[in-house]
Amino acid sequence: MRFTLKKDKSGVVVVGVEGQLIVGNRQELKQKVLDALEEGSRKFIIDFSKTGYIDSSGLGVLVSLSKKIREQGGELRLAGLNADLQTLFELTKLDTLFAITRTAEEALAAF
Amino acid sequence: MKLDVPSDLGIVGAAVELVASHLPPGTLSPRRISFNLRTALAEALGNAIRYGTGEDPDRVVRVRVELGEDVVRIYVVDDGNGYDPRRLPDPTQPDNLEREFGRGLFVIRHLVDDVAFNEKGNGICLTLRAG
Repeated sequence: MRFTLKKDKSGVVVVGVEGQLIVGNRQELKQKVLDALEEGSRKFIIDFSKTGYIDSSGLGVLVSLSKKIREQGGELRLAGLNADLQTLFELTKLDTLFAITRTAEEALAAF
Repeated sequence: MKLDVPSDLGIVGAAVELVASHLPPGTLSPRRISFNLRTALAEALGNAIRYGTGEDPDRVVRVRVELGEDVVRIYVVDDGNGYDPRRLPDPTQPDNLEREFGRGLFVIRHLVDDVAFNEKGNGICLTLRAG
C-alpha cells in the first residue's frame, strides 16, 4: 500500500493509490492531499489504476476531500477505476458526485 | 481458520490479506476473493474495531472462517454492545450522499450473497458463494 503524489507542469496534483484505500490508511491519503491544498494546489486527480479495493471509509475520505477542495475553489477528479470499483461508485451513487475518467491522462486533459 | 485481530484500524489490511491468502484455491473465483471478499471483510473489521471495541488496544475482534462446498462464511464478532442494523439510514438518499460515514453495511450487503447478524448485534456473518 502506497500513495504517490506528482505535480504536472500545469499544476495538477496526481495522486496514485497502490494497493487499497481503506480504514487503516485513509488518514494518510487525506493528510497528503490537504497538505498539497494548503500549499496552494487546487486541481487534483486520484488515480486508482493500481488499486485493488476501496472500503466505505475510503469512499468517505474522497467525499470529504472533494468538499474541502471545492470550498477552496478547486476540483477533485477520479480516474482509473476498474470494473468492480466503478460498480462500487455506481451502487453508492458517488459516481454522481465525482467527475470520473477512464485514465489519469483523460482527467488531466479535461482540466 | 480462526483469527484474533487486535483492535487497531492499521491492522485491518493485513488481517484481510491473511484471510484471503489462506482460502484454498477454487473456493471462490479469484475476482470475488480479490474484490468482494476483501472489501466486505475490511468493512466488517473496520466497523467492529471502530464501533465495537472502540479501538481499545487491549481488546480483540474474533474472526472465524468456515468453508463449505462452494461457500465461504466469515464470522466477525466483537465484544461491544452491538447495534441494530435495521436502523441505519440509506446512504444513497440525496441528503446523505455527501456524508463521510454510513456506507459500510450498505456496501457489504451488495458485495456478499448473504449477511446475518447475531441477536446482540455485535457479530456479523458474511456468506459468499462460488459462481
